[in-house]
Amino acid sequence: MEIKKTALAGTLESSDVQIMVSQGTNGLEFDLVSDVAKQFGEQIQATIEDVFAAYDIHNAVIKVVDQGALDPVIKSRAITVCQRALDQVDQPRWEVL
Amino acid sequence: MVASERLRRTMMFVPGNNPGLIKDAGIFGADSIMFDLEDAVSLAEKDAARYLVYEALSRFDYGDAELVVRINGLDTPFYQNDIKAMVKAGIDVIRLPKTESAEMVQELENLVASAEQEFGREVGSTHLMAAIESAKGVVNANEIAAASDRMIGIALSAEDYTTDMKTHRYPDGQELLYARNVILHAARAAGIAAFDTVFTNLDDEEGFIRETKLIHQLGFDGKSVINPRQIPLVNQVYQPSQKEIINAQNVIMAIQAAQQKGSGVIAINGQMVDRPVVLRAERVMALAKTNHLVDQEGNNIEE
Repeated sequence: MEIKKTALAGTLESSDVQIMVSQGTNGLEFDLVSDVAKQFGEQIQATIEDVFAAYDIHNAVIKVVDQGALDPVIKSRAITVCQRALDQVDQPRWEVL
Repeated sequence: MVASERLRRTMMFVPGNNPGLIKDAGIFGADSIMFDLEDAVSLAEKDAARYLVYEALSRFDYGDAELVVRINGLDTPFYQNDIKAMVKAGIDVIRLPKTESAEMVQELENLVASAEQEFGREVGSTHLMAAIESAKGVVNANEIAAASDRMIGIALSAEDYTTDMKTHRYPDGQELLYARNVILHAARAAGIAAFDTVFTNLDDEEGFIRETKLIHQLGFDGKSVINPRQIPLVNQVYQPSQKEIINAQNVIMAIQAAQQKGSGVIAINGQMVDRPVVLRAERVMALAKTNHLVDQEGNNIEE
């Protein structure tokens, strides 16, 4: 699936994660900022990659600012940003949840 | 059976798009936790809150708390997707805001039932409750409370209601007296729970306790709370006294003794104990247990 527009989900509050997605051409390009990147960076990225795969998005620039979000929070923000980037906010993909 | 009835002293409101509050919501001992997709979430974040609450419900452990979600109203574009997401997540109770008629509850019930089928959940497993927030809702409280077998309670929402009534909230609560009594009677007649409204001034602890004592006296199951700090205050008001506990223990022992003897009629201190006395005693013991005043077998805990 093609990214239709640049989209943002999540906030910079504690326990949240902010994910910004824009069009890319070179696979999923991550830029991750997190105080716990050393311990959990791979896990955060894997959670987001799973959601992008479920939405069939293979090319995107993904900027992630983590404020200590737990996995369910990261997943929900990734779902939200995909729906927004694909312009499908009103048609949730129930199988991805 | 009152003994098996769930205690609903506190229903804590949790904003649906706040991960910090959502992840911690289970640790404060609220009897019910209500995730809010409606007024606490801005229009631009309705989708984000829906997925956040969905993932939280699917993955976080909230212990024994009853989990409730306040969805967006049926006049909004978010209504149907909220229902589907929450049914798929296996929510205990869906709370409908601004309820004014039995038809609104029945429409919700139909959508919930089809979502249960779509996502393979047991049909009938999702319960409903209605918030009454207008004069019309109060006038129709009886039919709303009895609108569906899935209904577990109705709640007064006083901010919208007082606006609709062209008044505002006063410290003595006189403006809510009629609505409170109507909602309470509708709930009791339908055999469901009655929840009182929130108290929004967090700095007025005295006022909060006064209002909680009033609704406890009237007979409400409990109160909606907007801050964990309010939970122990409500529980304190609902906590039975030592005298009430001893009396309840006597009633329950007398019933057990009578049952062993095969006798139907029970008397304590020369006074007949009939069904309402037994039901009250069972509720007192349930409250005493949950306040850790007695152990799970109903024995006093030494101080």
